[in-house]
Amino acid sequence: MNPMISKQYQSFGRYPSVMQKSQPIYSRFDALPTLTLGHKVIPRGLGRSYGDVCLNDQETILLTEKLDHFISFDPHTGLMCCESGVTFAEILELVVPQGFFLPVTPGTKFVTVGGAIANDVHGKNHHTAGSFGHHVTQFELLRSDGSRLLCSPTQNAEYFMATIGGLGLTGLVTWAEFQLIPIFSDLISQEVIRFGGLSEFYDISNESERDFMYTVAWIDCLAKGKNLGRGLFMRGNHVNDAALKIKHSQNVKGAKFNIPCDAPHFVLNPASISLFNWAYYWKQRRKSVASLTHYNPFFYPLDAIENWNRLYGKRGFLQYQCVVPPLVEEAATREMLTVIAKARMGSFLVVLKRFGDRPSRGMLSFSRPGTTLALDFPNVGPRLFELLNHLDSIVRSAHGAVYPAKDARMSREAFTEFYPRVVEFKQYMDPQFSSSFWRRVGE
Amino acid sequence: MSKVLIIGATSAIAQSFARILAKTQSEFYLVARSPEKLAAQAADLKVRGASRVHVFATDLNHFEHHKTFINEAKEFLGEIDTVLIAHGTLDNDLVAQENYEAAESIIRLNFLSPVSILTNLAPVLIDQKKGRIIVISSVAGDRGRQSNYIYGSAKSALSTYLSGLRNRLAKQGVAVMTVKPGFVDTPMTKDFKKGLLWVTPDKVAKGIVKAVQRKQDVVYLPFFWQWIMLVIRCVPEKIFKRLSL
Repeated sequence: MNPMISKQYQSFGRYPSVMQKSQPIYSRFDALPTLTLGHKVIPRGLGRSYGDVCLNDQETILLTEKLDHFISFDPHTGLMCCESGVTFAEILELVVPQGFFLPVTPGTKFVTVGGAIANDVHGKNHHTAGSFGHHVTQFELLRSDGSRLLCSPTQNAEYFMATIGGLGLTGLVTWAEFQLIPIFSDLISQEVIRFGGLSEFYDISNESERDFMYTVAWIDCLAKGKNLGRGLFMRGNHVNDAALKIKHSQNVKGAKFNIPCDAPHFVLNPASISLFNWAYYWKQRRKSVASLTHYNPFFYPLDAIENWNRLYGKRGFLQYQCVVPPLVEEAATREMLTVIAKARMGSFLVVLKRFGDRPSRGMLSFSRPGTTLALDFPNVGPRLFELLNHLDSIVRSAHGAVYPAKDARMSREAFTEFYPRVVEFKQYMDPQFSSSFWRRVGE
Repeated sequence: MSKVLIIGATSAIAQSFARILAKTQSEFYLVARSPEKLAAQAADLKVRGASRVHVFATDLNHFEHHKTFINEAKEFLGEIDTVLIAHGTLDNDLVAQENYEAAESIIRLNFLSPVSILTNLAPVLIDQKKGRIIVISSVAGDRGRQSNYIYGSAKSALSTYLSGLRNRLAKQGVAVMTVKPGFVDTPMTKDFKKGLLWVTPDKVAKGIVKAVQRKQDVVYLPFFWQWIMLVIRCVPEKIFKRLSL
């Protein structure tokens, strides 16, 4: 009869596994569960962070899924206010038919508003819109001493900036208000352009940033030599013609496939990944293909495959996402791609994007000007960790950063270098909040 | 669009049920204890599509308020299409088994208070010659077990009462539906260890909506509880009394 039993938890990358207790928050009016046990807590939304920012080994996680009330929505201005456990999927279901869209969205809609703030998530429109934190107007922060801080750019501004990108360490965000953007259709007009190498990527990216709200590229990370950095560049805009309406067919709603169980670890091996990448790269014979697509496949292709993380088998996988600043972006990216191709360890989900110049609001926000590279690797053990350390060293000498939301292994020294404002951040942390990630790199 | 009165509106199952109906611009009159939770729920339902929402905060142990909110609801909604009675308590049964005051308060809220509400409500719906009353009972009322027979006997009495009421109102065009959920993961059951048989309140609420469409009288949610309880009811008392259930 005791809910406070430690259970084994994994985050989305399924590495690492921890033993922790969980405590649901049933109402935004409730006080934080008694912390008299001396347990440190960390809020957890849908657990879509890949590494350990949403894990709390030997301690307690606060489940926010019951904080799922909308508070207000103005269908004229698009100002949305809701509790922190409301998911992006629920918001889209409600607001798209009323002509609004999320100001910024990551590659899955199965994230909560609280998680989006805590990781200051970014999306394909970073070059035009910045990160999610830029669109947050205010939120309430519940602290372990029972105080409730209303935080905005003008009120408790330090807590506002510490909490955006603050990895849940400053207290529990109970509700948040943010600005949605107007749309006229739920369709995206997209263009997919094949490019043969990294310099071509930069040419297309530069040319696209002005006219396209959304840009992102997929890379064949196993291609070497003259093909290094080849891939498909995707760019798109919301369709501005309400006449092109929204035919809600089955295939754009909900998950299409489910991976019912762990795949054997050999399913994703260098040969199968290489074959997939080759086929994906050549999926379009023409250099450039334009089409209209529903927003779901454009923004959330992987949401169509439920439990896709099981493809990596029981050992799980590690995501790696970094950003390198504009001055050295091409050289550093080339160096990283060379190292990865040489190690033959990359995967089929490799993403490259240029961030815009808008500085992030959060003290620990990840996104900053430059090029961001994101990939995932099957967890093959020490060989992989060596490779990731090598990538860290490239990012460090480039003065870039690695994304905590996807990390499970960066060193304390690396984190301190990537996030110099961590010293300032510590003043605003809640003394009762901590996470596996924080004890590993921050404390 | 329908006009809905919900009693125990902030309970997890009622909340999920209301959210489903809100999508079709329904009008709501909500009764529950906490004014702040009611206000939060009203706002939530409006954002989700409800056209009008009115709330009434009261402790449902105050039977003298029952008539007041029923009359007010009638006035606010005009006609009442659907009533959901979803309040209840799952206080510590083991304590109540040895303490009459504790037992009485469980029986009072789980059985007597719905009886008081339904006694006042029935004439209103008979007067309309239409309407549907949905009441959350429990599988625990199907057979007394040592772990929760105070709660179980209150729910058993409630189920029996509803069967009689259904019989009486059927001739007046008013439907009465008894809902018997199994294990539902809600704040009420937060201290229980959850296993395979547990479901979310959303799932139960969807089941209620489906049962309404099928015009069912008694519905077990999820459906498999019907078979589990059939087996449990069939065990001879001679054997049953020796089990630790």
